Amino acid sequence: MNSSFLHFSSITKKVWMALLGLFLMVFLVVHLGINLCLLRDDGGRWFRDAAHFMGTNYIIKVFEVILFGGFILHVLIGIILQIKNWFSRPVRYKISNKTTTPFLSKYMIYTGAIVLTFLIIHLFNFYFIKYGWVTSPVSPLEGGEPDFAAVARSLFGQPVYSAIYIVLIICLGFHLYHAFQSGFQTLGLDHKTYTPYITGFGIFYSIVIPLGFIIIPIYFLI
Amino acid sequence: MKLTLKIWKQQDAHSKGKFVTYSLDSISPNCSFLEMLDILNEQLIRKNEEPVAFDHDCREGICGTCSLYINGRPHGPDDAITTCQLHMRKFKDGDTIIIEPWRAKPFPVVKDLIVDRAAFDKIIQEGGYISVNTGGAAEANQILVSKVNAELSMDAAACIGCGACVAACKNASAMLFVSAKVSHFALLPQGKIEAKDRVKKMVAMMDQLGFGNCTNTYACEAECPKLISRSNIARMNREFICAKVS
Ligand code: FES
Repeated sequence: MNSSFLHFSSITKKVWMALLGLFLMVFLVVHLGINLCLLRDDGGRWFRDAAHFMGTNYIIKVFEVILFGGFILHVLIGIILQIKNWFSRPVRYKISNKTTTPFLSKYMIYTGAIVLTFLIIHLFNFYFIKYGWVTSPVSPLEGGEPDFAAVARSLFGQPVYSAIYIVLIICLGFHLYHAFQSGFQTLGLDHKTYTPYITGFGIFYSIVIPLGFIIIPIYFLI
Repeated sequence: MKLTLKIWKQQDAHSKGKFVTYSLDSISPNCSFLEMLDILNEQLIRKNEEPVAFDHDCREGICGTCSLYINGRPHGPDDAITTCQLHMRKFKDGDTIIIEPWRAKPFPVVKDLIVDRAAFDKIIQEGGYISVNTGGAAEANQILVSKVNAELSMDAAACIGCGACVAACKNASAMLFVSAKVSHFALLPQGKIEAKDRVKKMVAMMDQLGFGNCTNTYACEAECPKLISRSNIARMNREFICAKVS
């Protein structure tokens, strides 16, 4: 077995990419569940309770580290694989490829880069407030805990912010559209009967999850 | 048919290539694509010009030698055929046809439209075979093979190693080719014995030669003249994971 991370075989890197990607997809469901609490007309109490639980529970804290590590690895491996791919064809074709392929599958690195940009903005807007690295635009709760429900409400109340948020979430949907079945293919989980269901579920997931996130800014705007 | 051809001309792997434009007249729609190039070359030779170098052998879709990237597609505008099986009736009178060699780092241009595909041979040498002692032929039914596996193995064995999968892939990945060879053997009892070693070695060689990484866009499957299925790639991934963890 090769010792350096860069020298792991292409399939090993891809398998890690797939496992981490699928893990991140599970996290998105949890995140959406918490975000949807904002839609409850209770002054943000459910959302605050959920955020408080996520911020203080020890098991969640362990998962938080795994999550960040996983995300960073997913990005790093993606970049390493892409660079090798660019080098694999140093002389490009003069006529661009006319082969019919699933459209979004060709742009994973670009949609991935957009998702990464989105995540960085998102961390500045929410996560870093928790650690005091960024000052909250709204006053904290009693006891000094940041009021994330109020932060979300104030950000989503701005049409420009909401519009950017919606566009970025759509890009996330594009990324997810190819990701799910691609992950299964990479893990070798291909089956005559089940693969069409996996593909179908991937499409369903990539539409429903982004839609769930998009509903929230729309709710605050109207 | 009247045609304008823009063909990649390159002296060798180290020199700079360029497109050269040729005009052809009175080409029959029943002519094969390679016959059309033969006609062009005859005309060039008569004019004392250098003919266009292109690869071909069987001209029956068997050997996988012909390898042209025609108007943005390996093996041209038809599906499930090699360049030698392509006919001019697939084009229209007055068309401009742009012909390039396969483009991939492990496939350097030898001359004009010919590329060196020895990289595939190197991958095969790493395990695309079974080791058997010579001797009398064994009774055919001594080792039973399920019908399903025999069929899947034969489907994988249909790969002619033309390299269209690499040429079509946006990452110049050879996963479809390697997976066809891995699957061909892994599905049969005789091939299972060396399966773990085979998949690890062949993948390592594929990486070492500089082929790209598969991103599951499936352009390979779409352009394969022998309709090799992407499920072979999944099988190879499966074989590889099992070989690594066991
Ligand atoms: S020349 Fe043999 S396959 Fe085309």
